[in-house]
Amino acid sequence: MAVPAAVGQHGVVTIPSLSDETLRSMLTAMLSSRVYSQRVFNLQRQGRAGTNAPVDGSEAILAGVEHALDPSEDWVLPQYRELVGLERFGTDVLDRYVLYALGHPEGGHIPEPTRVWPPQISLATQVPHAVGLAWGMKARSEPGCVLVFLGDGSTSEGDFYEACNFAGVLDAPVIVVVVNNGWAISTPIARQTRAKNFAEKSHAFGIPGVTVDGTDAIAVYEAIADARSRAVAGAGPTLVECVTYRLGPHTTADDPTRYVPGDELAAARERDPIVVMTSELERRGLWTAADTETTLAAADARMDAAVRAGEAMAVDQVELFDHVYAEHTPRLADQRARFLADRGGVS
Amino acid sequence: MSLASDAAATRTMTMLEAINHTLHAEMARDDRVMVFGEDVAANGGVFRATEGLLDAFGEDRVVDTPLAEAVIAGTAVGLAAAGMVPVPEIQFLGFSYQAFHQIAGQVARLRYRTRGRFDVPITIRAPFGGGVRTPELHSESLEAQYANIPGLKIVLPASAADAKGLLATAIRDPDPVLFLEPLRGYRMLRDEVPLGEHLVPFGEARTVMGADDPADDDVVVFAWSFMVEMSRRAAELLADEGIRVRVVDLRTLVPLDVDTIRTCVEAIGRVVVVQEAPETNGFASELIATINDEAFYSLEAPVARVSGYDAPYPVGQLEDSYVPDAGRIAAAIRRTAGAA
Repeated sequence: MAVPAAVGQHGVVTIPSLSDETLRSMLTAMLSSRVYSQRVFNLQRQGRAGTNAPVDGSEAILAGVEHALDPSEDWVLPQYRELVGLERFGTDVLDRYVLYALGHPEGGHIPEPTRVWPPQISLATQVPHAVGLAWGMKARSEPGCVLVFLGDGSTSEGDFYEACNFAGVLDAPVIVVVVNNGWAISTPIARQTRAKNFAEKSHAFGIPGVTVDGTDAIAVYEAIADARSRAVAGAGPTLVECVTYRLGPHTTADDPTRYVPGDELAAARERDPIVVMTSELERRGLWTAADTETTLAAADARMDAAVRAGEAMAVDQVELFDHVYAEHTPRLADQRARFLADRGGVS
Repeated sequence: MSLASDAAATRTMTMLEAINHTLHAEMARDDRVMVFGEDVAANGGVFRATEGLLDAFGEDRVVDTPLAEAVIAGTAVGLAAAGMVPVPEIQFLGFSYQAFHQIAGQVARLRYRTRGRFDVPITIRAPFGGGVRTPELHSESLEAQYANIPGLKIVLPASAADAKGLLATAIRDPDPVLFLEPLRGYRMLRDEVPLGEHLVPFGEARTVMGADDPADDDVVVFAWSFMVEMSRRAAELLADEGIRVRVVDLRTLVPLDVDTIRTCVEAIGRVVVVQEAPETNGFASELIATINDEAFYSLEAPVARVSGYDAPYPVGQLEDSYVPDAGRIAAAIRRTAGAA
């Protein structure tokens, strides 16, 4: 797939050059996220986890995003494919994502102070949440911004339009990242829109929009850093379209061989973001094959620990009544009591 | 004048005045409270419920939004997470169909899905109910749909004083509240409203009329929102016939005051439930199931149900035949009182 040139409407991008250390950190994050994703995928195949969505093809986008943001000030609202690639925001992001995949209720609880929300399944509903959060931060004169992910298919939802429109009206410090990986399950982008790209939709909101090569972590970093600098300076929202290609199935429940053209996928694999970044850092003398081996081994070990801890975490069945309200309503308390009584007091 | 008498001071207000008065008081009390929605700021709301808030609290806290219900409800989620206390208005409850996925799928679930990371002190205000010749989709009674969504509290005042006391409780509540205002009652319902701090707890029904001892009443009517007023009028019609009617305003459907329901049914044994919504799957059905669970053997007659019909809320020339009125309610009470 041809990657469109950037169509940003704003001024010149002035991003400080990335340090060698940051570049290495980005590739480390990319390799790790693919390992984490593959391991969670495998857990489903082994009957140990529920349906989940692999990251393959989005690694550069996640690495660019998490390195361009400030985890102490900024928030990330993911869709559902991103939780393996936000470790810079806190180690509990991955640990909770593993719990989420395991079906543990605590999987949705990413604790303070980690500024990441749990996965969102009702697509595009997270965009109004992000705009509200950014609006609230602005109202409270807090620093930082909010970044929200959605996919190419989710741009067809009304919430995307309502939220981007309101974000523009409010000058909300929010970055809307459209991960255009070519597919909404089996529906290609030509069935989602007649627009020539998704950044173009920013014109309707009166906000800047830019399309970047989502297989290039450095390009993503620069686009997000630029959007962030304007958001925190009070210049309002930005729509950033990151173009990549979904290299795996939509989820563990999907068979993409039914609809993805083989030649198109083969061409996309030539632009595998991990291949792109590895060769770039090797060219700069910042990476070796041994670094890859070390990184993969460390990610595996990290995941071993996360899965072990997650599977050891017991679930008390009576927890299904918790957190519906701040305090149980009398009726819920009564149902809970009957639930326990039916089980002889043991849940 | 002593402080005590100040605290006890009241003023006669319409329900609309009471709501406006309470929004002013709550915004003054807590600077995290934000009011937003369609036409709420410069225009003061299409019913003037938010009149004067913009001047008093400024454009950062009283905000006209784009015409987009889903983002009104959806931004409330983010504002709550940011530590604000959002009080969004949906201009008419019928318009909340366009926000249903956010209210039911997101607002109601935020606490649960994050296992309590976020408090959700959102109060969504929306007028509803018929009898005022509105265009289509302005009058729908949707309380049962929302009462079927765990995580929401459903609050329906039937007097000006309760509008104040329940709205203040709603705004201070850490859970999302759907605060449903009877638009026919906005200016028709007038009563004494306490001017000082006045909080009405959720889950405590109000006896509108009836004997000191419920056992001295012949029939109990359970109702909410404007149907409380209709039921009161029906009860007055029947007083001349010697039928003693107890009218109970449930005030909140979630949480529900099961204790008062049980006590009344046990004491009286004859029950009429009144709702404005269509008959099938309305909250009246839930009440009858609750009575079945709690006090079945106290019943002396089948529980009667007075409701709208299973037709879409109709246009102006039909609506007076659709919405229960005092005559229909009185007829149901009469039948229930006389049933063997």
